[in-house]
Amino acid sequence: MSATATKKAGFGSVLWDYLTTVDHKKIAILYLIGGFFFFILGGLEAMLVRIQLIQPDNNFVSAQFYNELITMHGTTMIFLAAMPLLLALMNIAMPLQIGARDVAFPFVNALGFWLFLIGGIVLNISWFTGGAPDAGWTAYTPLSIFSEGHGLDYYSIGLQIAGFGTLMGGINFLVTVITMRAPGMTMMRMPLFSWTTFIASVLILFAFPALTVGLFLLTFDRLFGANFFDPSMGGNVVIWEHLFWIFGHPEVYILILPAFGVFSEVIPTFSKKRLFGYSSMVFATVLIAFLGFMVWAHHMFTVGLGPIANSIFAIATMAIAVPTGIKIFNWLFTMWGGTLRFTSPMLFALGFIPSFTIGGMTGVMLGAAAADFQYHDTYFVIAHFHYVIVGGTVFGIFAGLIYWWPKMFGKVLNEKMNHWFFWLFFIGFHLTFFLQHFLGLMGMPRRYWVFLEGQGLDLFNFISTIGAFFMAAGTILFMYNIVWTAMKEPKASGDPWDGRTLEWAVSSPPPHYNFKQLPLVRGLDPLWIEKTEGNGKMQPAEPLGDIHMPNNTIIPLIMSIGLGIAGMGIIYQVDNPMWWIVAVIGFIIFFGSMAVRSLKDDLGHHIHKEDLEKEGDGSNG
Amino acid sequence: MADELLKSTNLPHDPERATLEGKNKFLGFWFFLGGETVLFASLFGTYLALKNSHLDGVPASELFGLGLVFIMTMILLTSSLTSVYAMYHMKNNAPKKMMLWLGITVLLGLSFLGLEIYEFNHYVNDYGHGFTTSAFSSAFYALVGFHGAHVAFGLGWFILLMVRNWKRGINLYNAPKFYIASLYWHFIDVVWVFIFTVVYLMGVVG
Repeated sequence: MSATATKKAGFGSVLWDYLTTVDHKKIAILYLIGGFFFFILGGLEAMLVRIQLIQPDNNFVSAQFYNELITMHGTTMIFLAAMPLLLALMNIAMPLQIGARDVAFPFVNALGFWLFLIGGIVLNISWFTGGAPDAGWTAYTPLSIFSEGHGLDYYSIGLQIAGFGTLMGGINFLVTVITMRAPGMTMMRMPLFSWTTFIASVLILFAFPALTVGLFLLTFDRLFGANFFDPSMGGNVVIWEHLFWIFGHPEVYILILPAFGVFSEVIPTFSKKRLFGYSSMVFATVLIAFLGFMVWAHHMFTVGLGPIANSIFAIATMAIAVPTGIKIFNWLFTMWGGTLRFTSPMLFALGFIPSFTIGGMTGVMLGAAAADFQYHDTYFVIAHFHYVIVGGTVFGIFAGLIYWWPKMFGKVLNEKMNHWFFWLFFIGFHLTFFLQHFLGLMGMPRRYWVFLEGQGLDLFNFISTIGAFFMAAGTILFMYNIVWTAMKEPKASGDPWDGRTLEWAVSSPPPHYNFKQLPLVRGLDPLWIEKTEGNGKMQPAEPLGDIHMPNNTIIPLIMSIGLGIAGMGIIYQVDNPMWWIVAVIGFIIFFGSMAVRSLKDDLGHHIHKEDLEKEGDGSNG
Repeated sequence: MADELLKSTNLPHDPERATLEGKNKFLGFWFFLGGETVLFASLFGTYLALKNSHLDGVPASELFGLGLVFIMTMILLTSSLTSVYAMYHMKNNAPKKMMLWLGITVLLGLSFLGLEIYEFNHYVNDYGHGFTTSAFSSAFYALVGFHGAHVAFGLGWFILLMVRNWKRGINLYNAPKFYIASLYWHFIDVVWVFIFTVVYLMGVVG
């Protein structure tokens, strides 16, 4: 349903529509709202951290609260902000790009979102019930099993629930790409963003179960008296590190590959050229994903795995620079000789290339195992991963959000404000993190509450905090822009950027069935082919007929709430066995609604041909 | 269209993959099993790392007896075979026979689960080998218990499907549901083969 149609409906029915929706475009909006909320929350936590470090011996926050802040900043930004925002982009763009009417499992798609949201809420309830997790976002054992209070229990249960959701989403996208492509859309004609969505989903599928097990073991140790990580009972603390990083390293590629995909869409569109080296881009993506599973121990060089293991992981790590370098050069060659338009998504893409290259370079430095003993646990590491995650993933998210905003909301965000936003954010980012490289090399350790005076760390920390305020100002401007655009900007056409791929062949926002007739794809950049060789419109691959669509359902929300209740019961049963009742009720709701879903026939509904004929053609006529 | 899906006549040879929904479920479930493989691989890795950390408790070589475990293995392997028969009859559109073989599968699964509960009970009461005894015991119950929970879930799934479709025939809508449930059952069986080898055989011999 289009935005104009829902505007006329009452607030209650719109709310109900979103709570029960299985439409990938609405789920994208839900992911955007949820992810952006947690992005602001994680950003506030970061601001408090930076204010604490603005001067030596500062007393702005207590040591305990500082530990909770750094833990929750990392956890929130990775699991509850970056991943959902990428899933928002995948949901809005990928099905449209491959010419599908929907995803393979609309129900599972909705379930994935609600599990993420409930998991995030459970994790953040800890702030109000006696303290958030405080063992760092990596929750290394044995610190995490001896941490007092329930903070770490919220960590393990909250992430467990959110992780299930992500896994569901990953499987859904995998199948969607394989079975739902439009006629003529072969794998090697797929836009790069759809490719990276596909590959990132493979990574999700094979990486998240390791986290699932790690979190289960942590839960068992903390709440049920198991001994996996307790050395005095024969446990082994390094198992956690292995499980965490077997998940954790592919996770960083889950975060960066979709961002690469966004830039591979934005750069060709605003260079008016097809992507340079398309097949090598696909190959590089697959290779990065493959190698990404073989480098997890480079996070553990100082554990003492021995020189042989360290060398193997060091070399595998450095090898990843090769496919990444291929990508960087392909983007540069795409722009070479193109007709460049410096729109705000393009600015983010241009800002990304040098920023990410610096992050990649420090990555190779960290990959040198012998040198890593010096860098380990210093601000050098902090600077490195913020250069790749902010300079790569966050820039990619903003580029993608601005680029596909008309597909979500029917309006192009105000460009002038977005230019200001970009420059504030870009300058603030480099101010904040560039000097942290040197802080690290000077020996400033990460995760420390205070640093001492007279060690030459004062000035750089001060500048770093000022930079953080620039980023905050940019983000506030972006939020202002969202409101301003909703009120003042005119409605966008279906193709406001002069795009090349299928999502620009339908109106903004698209009708809820996406394509009235499935488009016939004649090659890479299908809409561009029609613009240059045809009449500018996609040719239909099928006659007009009834369209089969899935029914809305409230079950995903109820299932997720059930699991959240069960999680709370599990956390508190150690204090009072009565909480088992809560846990059992939660599980009954969870499995009960799963059974209802299985037992009740849900065949979907049809939009009839006659009704379709009455509506417009849905394309940008 | 909707009526077509629920009709039990004129079914194609592979009713589970004849519709797009069926194909999606089939493929999606294979991917899910790929993820499950990593889950169990992580548990196996943890178990292998901790299997000698039994402290003062009973070591694996004295704890495990292969007789009972061998019977359990045979029961579970047979239940995999009977679920294959059920799927054979599903493809031939013989719902009564399918239900019969699914029923046998469930009975075999239940007896496996019963023996496993007996086995755990025996370890706890006669050997003092509880979940919290040592790192070895935690890892053992985590790995084998996860498998047992999967068996229980699979049984619930089969029973639910049988009850729901007891009176109606096989159609394009429920065939994929039966099929992926049996895929799941085979997966559980494969995991058990690894548990039998890595936990019990290597525990007694190695």
